[in-house]
Amino acid sequence: MSNYEKDMSVNNPAKKTDETPLLEIRDLAITFETANGPVNAVRSAHLTIMPGETVAIVGESGSGKSTTALAAIGLLPSNGRVSGGQIFFDGEDIAHAGEKRMVELRGNSIGMVPQDPMSNLNPVWKIGFQVKETLKANGLAGSNHKERVAEVLTNAGLPDAALRAKQYPHEFSGGMRQRALIAIGLACSPRLLIADEPTSALDVTVQRQILDHLDTMTTELGTAVLLITHDLGLAAERAEKLVVMYKGQVVESGAALEILRNPQHPYTQRLINAAPSLSSRRLQSQKVKDALAGAVAELDEPVEAGYTPSPVPAKSGLPSLRKDAEPGRAQAGDTILEIKNLTKVFKLRGALGKTTDFKAVDDVNITVPRGTTMAIVGESGSGKSTVAQMTLSLLAPTEGSILFDGVEVNTLKGKALFDFRRRVQPIFQDPYGSLDPMFNIYRTIEEPLKIHKIGNAKSREKKVRELLDQVSMPAATMSRFPNELSGGQRQRIAVARALALNPDVIICDEAVSALDVLVQAQVLNLLNELQEELGLTYLFITHDLAVVRQIADHVTVMQSGRVVEASSTDEVFNNPQQRYTQDLLSAIPGATLLV
Amino acid sequence: MFTLRRFLQLIPVFFGATLLVYFLVFATPGDPIAALSGGKPMAPAVEAALRAQYNLDQPFWIQYGLYLKNLVTLNLGQTFSGQEVAAVIGRAYPVTARLAIMALAFEAIFGVFFGVIAGLRKGKLFDSTVLVASLIVIAVPTFVLGFVLQLVVGVQLGWAKPTVSGAAPWNELILPALVLGLVSLAYVIRLTRASISENMNADYVRTATAKGLSRRRVVVVHILRNSLIPVVTFLGADLGALMGGAIVTEGIFNVPGVGNLLYKAILNGETPTVVAVVGILVIVFVIANLVVDLLYAWLDPRIRYV
Repeated sequence: MSNYEKDMSVNNPAKKTDETPLLEIRDLAITFETANGPVNAVRSAHLTIMPGETVAIVGESGSGKSTTALAAIGLLPSNGRVSGGQIFFDGEDIAHAGEKRMVELRGNSIGMVPQDPMSNLNPVWKIGFQVKETLKANGLAGSNHKERVAEVLTNAGLPDAALRAKQYPHEFSGGMRQRALIAIGLACSPRLLIADEPTSALDVTVQRQILDHLDTMTTELGTAVLLITHDLGLAAERAEKLVVMYKGQVVESGAALEILRNPQHPYTQRLINAAPSLSSRRLQSQKVKDALAGAVAELDEPVEAGYTPSPVPAKSGLPSLRKDAEPGRAQAGDTILEIKNLTKVFKLRGALGKTTDFKAVDDVNITVPRGTTMAIVGESGSGKSTVAQMTLSLLAPTEGSILFDGVEVNTLKGKALFDFRRRVQPIFQDPYGSLDPMFNIYRTIEEPLKIHKIGNAKSREKKVRELLDQVSMPAATMSRFPNELSGGQRQRIAVARALALNPDVIICDEAVSALDVLVQAQVLNLLNELQEELGLTYLFITHDLAVVRQIADHVTVMQSGRVVEASSTDEVFNNPQQRYTQDLLSAIPGATLLV
Repeated sequence: MFTLRRFLQLIPVFFGATLLVYFLVFATPGDPIAALSGGKPMAPAVEAALRAQYNLDQPFWIQYGLYLKNLVTLNLGQTFSGQEVAAVIGRAYPVTARLAIMALAFEAIFGVFFGVIAGLRKGKLFDSTVLVASLIVIAVPTFVLGFVLQLVVGVQLGWAKPTVSGAAPWNELILPALVLGLVSLAYVIRLTRASISENMNADYVRTATAKGLSRRRVVVVHILRNSLIPVVTFLGADLGALMGGAIVTEGIFNVPGVGNLLYKAILNGETPTVVAVVGILVIVFVIANLVVDLLYAWLDPRIRYV
């Protein structure tokens, strides 16, 4: 395979002085040709990386951070091109370098670790093959390539590498795949590694392990890293220098901690304020809630737990007065949701028709006082989503009971179940997947009203308008379709749809995990305000402790199906009892930076 | 295990299909014996003897039962002209198989070839030309294509024989195979093209490029295999359809294949021939599908049959 052999002279250029930057981007402009004419995705971007240095580009999606990085390795999408400026790699301008030159550079001079471990490995080839071909393409396979592959995978922290190399990507977990991708990216010891959101698809503790490992490896190899991330906390923790991008432009750059402590640009300031990993308290409505609780106490009226459905839209503000909003001090009668000894066993099909029992949820007890937010935290596989599904009565528990307003959810049938569905509504993680692309927004929000035969066409339209107003979306949105909205806007629609039936409880299953920090903050604020206004109770499922801090009154920490810690949010954050909780807390990127 | 189970599934499929076909032919209006005599009056004794010979005087279940009994002893019955059905099928099937294999090879080779190039050069001149051409081929009915090619290539240019002789050798089947494969060729091109251009933008292709692989290797190793998965499915299903004989194409070129045989048997109401041919076609179709499933699992390791 002579065409894969590397030209040693190219890759080992004469020693440069330390002043020569490894990568220098000057006035970079990138243009995409779209159906609506050219779009300038990046305008006059500039950044400098010295050999061995780690630099992070921070920004929200669409800020041009990934595009800038992809230009540096010559991997812009086919409709994109560098329309101005230079990219110097080790003194050589590669902004318009030919394909042949880029093939030479990729892999052994500039490596890449891509964002999504699920889609970045070819599903039809074994892991070992995909590592081997990297080595081969760069002339590093040698005669004993099997051992080399195992060595590379072991270095990336993959146990049993020799066996693992014979497996296909779908037999790997997300974290393992990302390790394989890191192995591929670093297989040929490149001088620059572009890490594009290398861990954003992973659990927070796995994220930490992998970033630590990446740190160690790049330090050992002396590799410079260009880290792309939307997470300011993570960037500040991992990089020496930060470059903040906004709408295709670099708005601020400099030493990481300096930017964090003393942001100059308004966008950076907003980003820092919104970063969940950096904020240290519950969103402000807590104060309002306390005041409200006082007001309710003055009314001193025993509140019926029952709920009166009204075909006419409820006047906003009124219901909240009827409900106790003070967290922690709720009386026993005010428990809206009580989960007792909940257990769910799945039967896993094994070899030869044998089934093994898998306890996804194991003896879980959770009590949620009315009008408060209970967060269930845990990594993927901890059983938190299974609890949510059982609470929504979408899945039957194996044992235990779920009492909603004192009524067993499990045994509900027919009309009673139908009523239960109206009072408990879900908001799901993926705002792209949970809205029907064929329904316009009006139909999406109106559908639950129609199903529950609430009002007539006219009153329903009025209700939809009110709901859109509540989630701060213009009424004109009604005629639009989900694909015309951004992720944050879609999640607002999902919130409006959940609110349509005036539910008592909303179950948010990773409702903000797919959103950018600023949008995440907006949606969390919205949920908070709605809770205050309508007295809603939230069951908030998330893997992100930083989000919990902002929204929850109580936290239940789950691990492998069991509750390992349950307490008030402040208690958990200030005084975590369990090792696992401490791990989760310390894994929040940048948690300690700004305290 | 999987393969064995699939073969066992053939048994109920076969009985179901023969029963259904037997019933459909039974329920077809028109009296086969009257058709046999050509509308001329027939002595009642002769007619009764003929009916008894083909079990036509029995109720439906007995007829079907007797048919199955014969089938177990590998006796497929006789046609109305007194030939053994097994022998008739034995003559027609190799012709159809030859025709089908040639048509499939034609559409697979040219379809994937043009589809890959068009997919890699999406939006360029080659791509547009191929797209328009395939659209025309899809839009024009087979009998028009068949007659036009027969006239131009067979009669005017004289490059090939316009019709096929009795033994139907390979070289005479080229033109009919071309006509037969042309429409599917257009589909294969479009499917391959769409699949390739979709996979070109896949994340793992970008990763492969980032590893420092040459363009050629990225295309052959990473894009092609993934893109062929839906194409193989289509080709396999098409093989089953082609093996069923092509009534129109075989009619135009006078190919003595299964399509022709079946068509005539249906017109004459010859139940034993129709049922035997359809039964075999069902088996061929199921086996073709099985082969596709196995190929599919081989191409895509995420699919493993337990």
